[in-house]
Amino acid sequence: MTVEHAQRRTPKVAKTNSVFKKAVMAVTGIIMVLYLIAHVIGNLKAFSGAEAFNSYSGWIRTVGNPALPGETTLWVIRIVLLVAVVAHFWAAVSLWRQAKRARPQGYVTKKATAQSYASRTMRWGGVIIGAFIIYHILDLTLGTVNAEGFDSTPYERLVASFQNPFVTIFYAISVILLGMHLRHGIWSATQTLGQSNRRREKTVSLFAVAFATAITLGFLLVPLSVLFGLID
Amino acid sequence: MTATRHDAPMTSSVGNPGAEKRGMNLTLRIWRQQGPTVKGKMVTYKITDISPDMSFLEMLDVLNEQLIMQGDDPVAFDHDCREGICGMCGVMINGQAHGPQQTTTCQLHMRSFKDGDSIDIEPWRATAFPIIKDLAVDRRAFDRIIQSGGYISVPTGTAPEAHATPVPKADSDAAFDAATCIGCGACVAACPNASSMLFTAAKVTHLGLLPQGQPERNDRVVNMVAQQDREGFGGCTNIGECSASCPKGISMETISRLNHDLLGALRAGARPKS
Repeated sequence: MTVEHAQRRTPKVAKTNSVFKKAVMAVTGIIMVLYLIAHVIGNLKAFSGAEAFNSYSGWIRTVGNPALPGETTLWVIRIVLLVAVVAHFWAAVSLWRQAKRARPQGYVTKKATAQSYASRTMRWGGVIIGAFIIYHILDLTLGTVNAEGFDSTPYERLVASFQNPFVTIFYAISVILLGMHLRHGIWSATQTLGQSNRRREKTVSLFAVAFATAITLGFLLVPLSVLFGLID
Repeated sequence: MTATRHDAPMTSSVGNPGAEKRGMNLTLRIWRQQGPTVKGKMVTYKITDISPDMSFLEMLDVLNEQLIMQGDDPVAFDHDCREGICGMCGVMINGQAHGPQQTTTCQLHMRSFKDGDSIDIEPWRATAFPIIKDLAVDRRAFDRIIQSGGYISVPTGTAPEAHATPVPKADSDAAFDAATCIGCGACVAACPNASSMLFTAAKVTHLGLLPQGQPERNDRVVNMVAQQDREGFGGCTNIGECSASCPKGISMETISRLNHDLLGALRAGARPKS
C-alpha cells in the first residue's frame, strides 16, 4: 500500500468502521458524563438558598474573567457539549441503521437471555433523553417554557418548574432513563475502548451501577425537595 | 411415529424393564422456505413418541423420515460431526440459539423438553447469513472474514524446536479458550444487532495472544473488522447475548481485546485492504 493510497483511504475508514463509530460514542459519552458530574454537584447549590444559587449561576457565566472575557468559558463548554451530542447521535443513528440492515426480518420467537433493561433501551432511551435535554434547556436555561418566563432568576425558574408535579414526574422519568443509559453506557464504553477484561468485568459493572445510581439520586434530590416544599 | 428407527429405543425405566414408558409428544413449528428468494413461513408438525435420550437433530431426523414416508419434502438443516465440535449445526430453538442449553444443537437432548411442549425452530437470521433452504443458512461470510486476516504467515519446512518460542501459560490458555470457537454463528443469531463481533474477536484474540500472530496483528484486526462490516453484520452494543448463547462460552473479554487492538492499529496507521 502506497502512502498516497493510505492517506486517501483514511476518511473512508473512519466513516465506515463500526468499531470506530463505537469509539466515537464512548469518547463523546465520557465527555458528557464528566459534564454531568459537574452539573449534579452544581445543582446542590439550591440547598444553600436563592442567593447562593443565583450567584453560582452568575459565576458560571463569568468564570475566568477578565483573562477569558465575557461568557467565554461557558460557551467553550456549550460548544464542546454540542459537538459531543451531535457526534454521539450521529454514531448511534448510523449503528442503529446498520443493525436494522443486518437483520431486516426478525425472529417469530426470540428470547433474551443476557440483555438488561438498560441495554435494551439504549436507543429509544437516548432519543427520549435527547428530547428531555431540549425541554430542560427551554425550561431552566432560556425560560421559554417556564411559568416564570425568561425574565426571571434561575432560582425562581427552578422553583416554578418543580412545584408542578407533572414537570417533576417528567424530569424524574428522564433522569431515571439517564441513569439506565449510564449503567449500560459506562460498561459498554469500557468494552469499546478495550479497557475491559475478565478480571475487571465485575468491578466495571459494579462501578457502572453505583455511579448511575448516584447520578440519578443526585439529580432527583433538588426537584423532589422543591416538590415537597423543602426548597421554596 | 412408531418403531421406524432401530437405534432410538423408547425409554424404559431402569430396574423395571417390563414397564415401557411412552416417549414425548411434541408440536413443532418449523420455518419452511423453498429457496433463498422464496417467501417462507412457519409450518406446524405433530411428532409423537420422542425419546428424551434423542439429540435434537435425531428428533429432526425422525420428523424427516416421517415426512419422506408421507411423500413430503424433508426439512433442510445443516449438521456434520454431531459431536459439538464442527460448528455446522445450529438453529434457533424457542427463540434461543442452539436452544435452552448452552451447547450446540447436536448436543442438545430432548430431555431438555417436556411432553406436550411446543417448539419453534427457525434459521439464524442475518443479512450476512442468507437462507439457502428451510433451516440451512449460508455462513460463508465467516469464511471471508477468516480469509481477510484470520491466519498467520509462517515459513513451511521442518517443524521448529518447541522451546524456541516461549509462550506464557496464561496467554496460551486464553488463546486456546478463544480458539475453541467453532464458527457456528450462534453469536450472530442471538445478537439483537446481528453482529459478528464475538466470532471475529475470538479469532483476533486467539492469534493475537500468541507470538506467531504478532507480525500481522494490526493488519489482521483492521481487515477482519472491515470485512465483517462489508458482509453486512451489525455493530456491537456489548449486550452479551452472544457470549450467553455461545456453545464454547467465548467471553466478552475477547471483544474488548479486539477493540483495543483495532484502535491501536488505526492509531499506528493500519488501514484495511480495499
